[in-house]
Amino acid sequence: MTTGNTGPAPGGPGGLNPPAFGQASGPGGLTPPASAHGQPAIELRGISKSFGAVRANEDISFSVPKGTIHGIIGENGAGKSTLMSILYGFYRADQGEILIHGLPTALPDSQAAIRAGIGMVFQHFKLVQNFTVLENIILGAEDGPLLGRSLRRARDSLTALAREYELDVDPDALVEDLSVGHQQRVEILKALYRNADILILDEPTGVLTPAEADHLFRILRGLRDQGKTILLITHKLREIMETTDNVSVMRRGRLVGSVRTSETSPAALAELMVGRKVLLETGKAPARPGPVLLSAELLTLRDEHKVERLKSVSLDLRAGEILGIAGVAGNGQSELLSILGGMTRPGEKVTGRLTLGGHDLPLTGRGSDGKSRREAGIGHVPEDRHHAGLILDFTAWENTALGYDDDPAYQRGLLTDNQAIRDDTRRKMQVWDIRPPIHTLAAKSFSGGNQQKLVIAREFEQDPAILLIGQPTRGVDIGAIEFIHKQIIALRDQGKAILLISVELDEIMSLSDRIAVMFDGRIIGIRDPATTSESEIGCLMAGIAPTAEAS
Amino acid sequence: MDYASVLQLLDSTVRLATPLLLACLAGLWSERAGIFDIGLEGKMLIAAMTSAAIAALTAATPTWALFGLDLTWAKALFPPVIWGLIAGILASIVFAMIHGIASITFRGNQLISGFALNFIAAGLTVLIAQSIFGQGGRTPQLAGDARFSPVTLPFTETIRRIPGFGPFYAEVISGHAILVYLAFAIVPLTWGLMYRTRYGLRLRAVGENPAAVDTAGISVVRLRYSALIITGILCGLAGAYMSTALQAGFGRDMTAGRGYIALAALIFAKWRPVAALWACLLFGFFQALALRPDIVTAIVQFRVPGPILDALPYILTVLVLAGFIGKAIPPRAGGEPYVKER
Repeated sequence: MTTGNTGPAPGGPGGLNPPAFGQASGPGGLTPPASAHGQPAIELRGISKSFGAVRANEDISFSVPKGTIHGIIGENGAGKSTLMSILYGFYRADQGEILIHGLPTALPDSQAAIRAGIGMVFQHFKLVQNFTVLENIILGAEDGPLLGRSLRRARDSLTALAREYELDVDPDALVEDLSVGHQQRVEILKALYRNADILILDEPTGVLTPAEADHLFRILRGLRDQGKTILLITHKLREIMETTDNVSVMRRGRLVGSVRTSETSPAALAELMVGRKVLLETGKAPARPGPVLLSAELLTLRDEHKVERLKSVSLDLRAGEILGIAGVAGNGQSELLSILGGMTRPGEKVTGRLTLGGHDLPLTGRGSDGKSRREAGIGHVPEDRHHAGLILDFTAWENTALGYDDDPAYQRGLLTDNQAIRDDTRRKMQVWDIRPPIHTLAAKSFSGGNQQKLVIAREFEQDPAILLIGQPTRGVDIGAIEFIHKQIIALRDQGKAILLISVELDEIMSLSDRIAVMFDGRIIGIRDPATTSESEIGCLMAGIAPTAEAS
Repeated sequence: MDYASVLQLLDSTVRLATPLLLACLAGLWSERAGIFDIGLEGKMLIAAMTSAAIAALTAATPTWALFGLDLTWAKALFPPVIWGLIAGILASIVFAMIHGIASITFRGNQLISGFALNFIAAGLTVLIAQSIFGQGGRTPQLAGDARFSPVTLPFTETIRRIPGFGPFYAEVISGHAILVYLAFAIVPLTWGLMYRTRYGLRLRAVGENPAAVDTAGISVVRLRYSALIITGILCGLAGAYMSTALQAGFGRDMTAGRGYIALAALIFAKWRPVAALWACLLFGFFQALALRPDIVTAIVQFRVPGPILDALPYILTVLVLAGFIGKAIPPRAGGEPYVKER
């Protein structure tokens, strides 16, 4: 058992300490906490993995004591998911050794990982939507060629697991009818049914409400107390601090530190993740709200199946303020954004009233499309940049002109002035620090953060009076998040009206001047971030409203 | 319309529904595994030609010295029609495997691959038949043990005397080729395999969310190929039935779009085996009606032009495909090649 601690001191005053790990420094990198007995559950020694020229994992060594929750934290693209995929047999490491309970174990495929007692809960669930919970659980772990016996055994063990770990879920429900939180439980049950004693969870809280996330962590702690070992991959510092026993930090494919959670701080971890000091607070000046620019009254949207997705939503957006819309994904935020941004689909029926500076904006038919909205001065950074913000196969400069292709600056007679667009793109890439600054590169070749900067540069520079911003930092790494947040605040300080929709509560809390919470297609409450708390917003997001206010 | 005509109509319905049913179940296996198969038509056609050709060749060589080989042992084993059937199934499996290589291994477009196979089959069958038999792309007329002969079920003569049900038993249920009974037996077999076995569970899962199957440590590729082999076998049966049971020999384009009608029936049945049976019987009934204009005239009291009757099954196909049957949700991963990702 490894006792040599080679982990660097977290977040020393000198900024970042180069990791002292390597083949020379021997395996491990973590002082086993007092709770650990015997062999570590997982030990990685010198794991490396390259995809072509990209080194996704480089010489990674650490060990996870049995019966602990171990966090792996790092920015997007730091190599966390690659490392976990190696552990689950999805990829093969080019170099290095994996020891499970002290035994060197080859993991050529998922079947081998399952046999070694490893279970994985993916960020995007791997469930068959129109199967029942039971069917999903036995899939691939059936007892024999006929299903009857497997289903009976699964039902019995499911009841037992539910009692033991608070993992209640109706075994006969169809997965598509379950909430995301329950679907995640099914994934955990799947792993437990296969007798996993090592559980890997990849960004498990991305789709959960705060309450669901709390429940999940309670379950994880319960599992740990029963002797299971848990690897938690996340980029959320708070989850690491609240839940884990130990934490390993990854940056650019390398492990830059393994520490006990109790001996570190969020600031130190963030610094390790990014490699420099990060401002966790946005430090914005108080807002100076001006007149109401955009006013929505009783907006209602019925989709093609006549289901009300948006129910009588009214709001005012003032110049010089950021109105944040909080809510769990799928509670009407996207529909609100699609009405304001002119992106409703045919078949959707919109009623209500929308005024911009006192003038009515059409909700349907002519003038309700995205182009008219832009001409009216409403800029839009769509929630899903891959589908609505960019054409991934187009080059950066072609994407720069999307939606503004008839801008006079881009015209030369009857033709488009491609050179002007290219020059403009090069300039934007400099101003907005888009890397790599190659305007002929296809949009899909940029990282998430740089893709988002391409969209934001395009929309922000058109100088709209009103800006709709959906999920500005989804899939964007911490360094770019900081930059994007600063730009949003700068725009507000210029007197623009900004509507911010995000499922990241932290983001809403730190940027917004007012917070509207959406639940089930309604605005269930509006709060002042200075006087509210995350738990209050969290309750509202879960639909728990003070009764007096329920509209 | 008298009872005898009704029975005749139902009798042809059963005969005509059989190739549709076999092809429809073939499509069901493939599509439930996530491989759209528009090439049912082509597989039926190649199987029809191969069956008829091999049956004709083996029957016409009394000494069983085919292509200079001594095949006496084969004669003792099976009659020519069975050799034809086996050859037809093999030909159909070969086509299914080409579809698999294109769409599973090389992740090509499943519709294009299926279409290509249909065109290849349309040309290749005529070419081969012409070069072997020189009868304008047809195979010779099959007779005797080169064809499937009707099977008379036990006690037919006894039961026939029961009023009402007796004639129904004798005319509609009894007296079909063995492949007809096989086709109807495959319906519950398919259902059982699909819904009551491990293989069926995995197969349905791979058509809905292959990533779930992959992460469970099961090979997506192997499952999909296995489904295509079943598709090949069933299309082979359908084609062989066309040329060696329903008719007596292969003729150019003899499947006449039945592969597409079977696909429409599959959508009509919402990819469920038992519903597929009823859908195919319905389409078969329309085809049977087209053969009996006198009955139609008797019912509607005016003469319906023959071409309109001939077009009925195809019109029904268009209506079904245009979505007049309510919402039919295809297997979710259908048409998408599976690419492993984290």
